[in-house]
This record gives sequence, structure tokens and C-alpha cells, in this order.
Amino acid sequence: MSIIETTVIVFGTTGIACGALLAIASRVFAIKEDPRIGKVCELLPGANCGGCGYAGCADYAKAIIMNDAPINLCTVGGAETVKKLSTFLGKTAEAAERKVAIVLCRGDEANAPKNSIYNGIVDCSAANLVSGGNKKCRYGCLGYGSCARVCPTGAIEIKDGIAVVHPELCIGCGACVKVCPRKIIKLIPASRKLHVFCSSLDKGPAVKKVCKVGCIGCSLCSKLAPDNAIVMSGALAVVDYSKNIDDEKATILEQKCPGKCIRKT
Amino acid sequence: MSWKMHKENMNSTRIIKPVKKIPGSVHPPYKKELARNAPIKNVSSMEAHFHISMSQHLGAPAKPIVKKGDTVLRGQKIGEASGFISANVHSPVTGKVIDINEEQTLSGAYASSIIVEASDSEKWGVLMPELDWESASPQQIITRVADGGITGMGGAGFPTHVKLSPPKEKAIDTVIINGAECEPYLTADFRLMLEEPENIKNGALIIRKTLNAKRVIIAIEDNKPEAIRVMEEALKNCDENVFIAVLPTAYPHGAEKQLIYALTGREVPSGGLPMDVGALVENVGTAAAIFNAVAKGIPLVERIVTVTGEAVAIPLNLRVKIGTSFAALLNVCGGTKSKSTKLIAGGPMMGITQTSINSSYTTKTTSGLLLLPDNMISTYSSDPCISCGRCVEACPMHLMPCELSILLEAEDITGAEALNVLDCIECGCCAYSCPSHRPLVQHMRAGKAAIMLKRKQQKNTEKK
Repeated sequence: MSIIETTVIVFGTTGIACGALLAIASRVFAIKEDPRIGKVCELLPGANCGGCGYAGCADYAKAIIMNDAPINLCTVGGAETVKKLSTFLGKTAEAAERKVAIVLCRGDEANAPKNSIYNGIVDCSAANLVSGGNKKCRYGCLGYGSCARVCPTGAIEIKDGIAVVHPELCIGCGACVKVCPRKIIKLIPASRKLHVFCSSLDKGPAVKKVCKVGCIGCSLCSKLAPDNAIVMSGALAVVDYSKNIDDEKATILEQKCPGKCIRKT
Repeated sequence: MSWKMHKENMNSTRIIKPVKKIPGSVHPPYKKELARNAPIKNVSSMEAHFHISMSQHLGAPAKPIVKKGDTVLRGQKIGEASGFISANVHSPVTGKVIDINEEQTLSGAYASSIIVEASDSEKWGVLMPELDWESASPQQIITRVADGGITGMGGAGFPTHVKLSPPKEKAIDTVIINGAECEPYLTADFRLMLEEPENIKNGALIIRKTLNAKRVIIAIEDNKPEAIRVMEEALKNCDENVFIAVLPTAYPHGAEKQLIYALTGREVPSGGLPMDVGALVENVGTAAAIFNAVAKGIPLVERIVTVTGEAVAIPLNLRVKIGTSFAALLNVCGGTKSKSTKLIAGGPMMGITQTSINSSYTTKTTSGLLLLPDNMISTYSSDPCISCGRCVEACPMHLMPCELSILLEAEDITGAEALNVLDCIECGCCAYSCPSHRPLVQHMRAGKAAIMLKRKQQKNTEKK
């Protein structure tokens, strides 16, 4: 036999044998998965952001089918995804309102001075470990962009030394909320337009010393706001986002705030 | 006394050599000549307000037990230990509590701070009665140390009474008194050894008695021959199990684990404590403080601080009451002689940079105040790692700082954990030797903090 014939026979038989083995294995060791999981996964937006609290879209789809997880957790898809899922699964669920992240600080370079020069690692958590961060205000945004780096959609911009969220790009996954060492990023309903841009728990005089646009805790807004929509938490005014403030009232509140920290978006 | 003369003394049986050479280490310029010849100066009543932090030690902050408006006496307990690893805090002066505030500590965290307006800074209030330590029981001594609020005075501030009460199965045979003072610039421990060798000796013997240990080794680097001579003189009448170890000068010889390795050849296991290898390390300052608390009943309310650096007009070693502001210390030293924007609490290798001289106050662990002139400070930006391996050679913990920093830069916490980043002692040898000026220690610190946070979260979810 020539070399060519030997080769063809040896490799041909090996190929056929392996093929047969694989064919048997695929029958014997087959894992049966609910075919609905794949379908549900296709219906989800595929952002894999983890905003629902699961490891990604595939994990969430599995949880919906296997563990009966609520179908309205996807912040990216919003109402549309809930509608698609409810027609496919025959479940009904109220679509959760779209949520967006917001950085509750306006203390940029001009308004909130720094107390030292920092030239270490450009990361908020690392900077916060060095003598508690180099901003005079111990609550304000450090501006080293840890939130911007984890944002899957690039919705956070560092502008004049503080982080600013672009709500139109935000998918509300909450990755930035988790990474912020100062815990000043919050997830709020996208329809709410009035915010207290300050997170300082210090009293008025202490805030004045470190920031030009901090909440001084005068409680004026909590008196002016309808239906207790702004409440005082110690020396800090906090918006109750479950309540709506109409545009007219919002304008008044924005103008009246002596600390200049209440702003419309 | 010259080094040569000292060499002749090496024949004495009291003086021993280290049994091992520590791995890694670096040799920064000593710079100790600035303040080494300045005798300890008592600083009395130089200011009215003392800010006494409740978090001067490692562990849970103490709980204030006085109110605004109360009168406190010098040596009176004003903060009570609030947990197993915690320490009491005493008032350094007689006066009135004018406020209790949240204030930033030297490390940047926030803790309550009692502000006392002094009326008399020298007269002691009611102290614990004197005690004959030689006939006292170990339990009596440990209670005294806890009551006196003694913490480690080398830097970390670990509550001493916890160290002195190891579990029964961990027998300690070697007590090491750390007078290495390997940090450049600092001379506080050196001066203490020269001026109060008796207190250090007695403190060391008290520790040995409490732990029922066999031997005491006082470790001193060979760039302090005077201290070796004075300590040797002080130990004249001691038994044959008290030694002085002369270490070659290298940083970080004064680090706990490295010191134990050099003197006994035992390695503290990863994640373990010195007691796991039968050793205990206390700073010379702590030994003196233990003697004061146990024998004389004086709580820890003052310490030696070296105010030094090329920017300080007259570098001095001061005996300072805790809670004194750094600005007041600098005033005693004649202020600055050149413009200085770099202020460090501690030494240049492991000290913590402070943001303001006016709002930083002396604590039990402040060994020095270092001011560097602006012309000595250079700022760098971090370059990529060139894999030269100098940091690996320098690391006294056998770690690979280069690999770790690359992993941590990529936020690979699990990878860094696998390479034992938690064993890092943050001595700074790696960053000191890095030609790319990488902030290696900062990477380690951030990484360690991230790992500890992750573990805490895991623990919490497991509890649920």
C-alpha cells in the first residue's frame, strides 16, 4: 500500500470512530434545559449590566423560569421588555419606572476647594484611603472617575472635577452606586426633575467653610415643598422621590434655596 | 563613642548578633543627625486647647465618658475601651471639657475627639497607687496596663494589654524590646534609650514576668552606638537572660515580623501573630510606658515626639502631651526656616502625610513630625512596570509588588489575594526602589482594603 492509502484509511477510521463516540455522548450526557430560558434570554436587551441583581441577562432569564423571579427587574428594557415577557410567559407585572443614577454633589473645582495635592492612583477608593481624600468636604465627589470607569454605557462624565450623569444614556444598572466610596450616587425615578445636590451631613457653618453650594440645613425647602416632598434628615435636605413636585413649585424651590444646592435637571 | 570602641565591647556576653539576615530591605539616608543630639525637652502648658482623639489605637475607638462642661483632672480616664481590642484614653491636663466633636484622625478617618481647655497642665489628679511590680501577679499587671491605656507606641498602636494576655496554648518565650528605630529622621526612641534606660529595662522585665517568658532581647541598630552602651550599662545587674542585639542598619529592621526573624530565626506564619512563634515585640517607648503605669500608676498621656526635617529651624525631641496640636510643636522648634508644604506624621517611609498643621493633633502613636522643604519634594507620575524586579529584591515579606500592582491596577482582587497581598506590611521598600515611580504601596493598601471589604460582605451575606 502506498503512504497515501495508509493515511486515508487510518485517519478515515479514526474520524468515523470519534464521530460515533461523540454522537453517543451527545445522547447519553445531554443536559435538558427548559427551552423557554433561551427564548426569555433573547427577549431581554442583552446589556449584561447586572442591574437586575443577577449576574447577567442569561442568569436573570434562568431565574425567571426556574425561581419565578419577577419579570419587571430589567432597568434597561423598561416597559417594553416587561410587555414582551408578559405576552410570552402569560404573567402580568407592573412595569417598574425607568431609573437613572444621579450624583448628589455640585462641589466642582470652583465651588469646593481641595486641601492638598494628590498625585497617586487615579481612583476614588484609593484616593479616599489617603488621609480621607483630598477634598475639604468629607462627603463631596472626589472626581477621580471610578464611577465613570464602571459605567457600561459611558453615561458618566467628569466635568470640572466632579462626576455628572447623563440621564439619557443611563440604563440604571447601579454599578456606579456600588463603586462610589462616598456613597453619594443614588438611583432615582427618571421622571423626577428636582434634586438637592448635596450629601453633606455637616451643620451649616461647617458646610459653608468647605463648599459654596452645599446644603446648609436651613430647612426652608422642606417648608415650601408640597406634601412633604422634601424632608430634613439632620442638617441635610433630602428629596422624597416617591412624591411629585410640579414644575412651578420646583422653580420656586430652586430660586429660594440659599445654599444654591437645589437644582432642576 | 566611636564605632571601633563599640566593636571591642562586642566581647561582652550581654551583646548578641542577629541569627538571620532579613530578606529584602533598603538603605535610605539616615538623616538622624538632625535631631539626635537634642536632649528630650519637656514642653509644658504651651497652649490652652487639647484635642484628645478617641481613636489613637488599633481597634474600636474608646467611648467618651465625660460630658461637655465637665471638669477633668490630669490622668483622669475620659474615654473607655469599647471592646476587646480597644484602649482607655486619659486626660493629659487638668481643665474643662469644652466640646466633644467628630474630628479627622491622623489617618484620615473620623472619630470623636474630646476638646479640653487646660487650667493646670502639670498637677496630677488621682492616680492609681504605686505597686511593687516584682511581687505583683500577672493579672494585676495586665489590669494596670489596661487601666493605664497603654498601646503600642511604635506606630500601629495595638492595645498592649491584649498582647500581654495571649491564649494559654501560645507560650511566649522571647520578649523583644524594639529600639531599632529604622525610620529615617526619627530619634525619639534613641533619646529615650539614652535618657531613661532604667524605665525601659524595668518595663521589659515587667513584660517578661507577666508572660513568664525566658529571655528579653533589646534590639538596637548599629547606627546608635551610644544607645547600645547606655542600655548595656543599665542592664548590668540583670540576670544572664537579658540581651542586647546589635542589628546591622537596614530598613525595615524595626518591623515586627522582620525583627523576630532576625533575632530568633522564626517566621511568623501568613496571617498569624508573633505569639504563634512564641515571641512578643514591644517598642522601647511602650516598655517605659508600661513601667510608668504598673509601678508608678501613671497612665499614658504623653510621649516623645521628634520634630525634625530640613525645613524645621531647630529640630528637637519633645516630651509632648497627647492632644497637642502640631502647630504648637513646630512653634517650640522655632517654626520653619524654609517654605514647606510636606507635613508628615511619623517618618518618611511609613508616616502619614497631613493636610493641615493646625488641625492635626499628637496621639499615642505619633513618633515624629517631619517637615520637608519644597526643594526636596519631587512629584512623579506613575509609569508602566518595566519588570526590573527591584521591588521583589527589596520586599522584606517575599512578595512580588510588581505583579501585585499590575493585578490591582486591573482590579483583579482575587488574583492579588492569591499572591498574598494581605501579607504586605506597607513598609514602602518597593515604592522606594521602583525606577518607574509606581505608587506600589498605595496599590497594596487599596487592594487590602478591597479584600477586607469583600470578606466583610461575604460574612454578612452568610449571616443572613
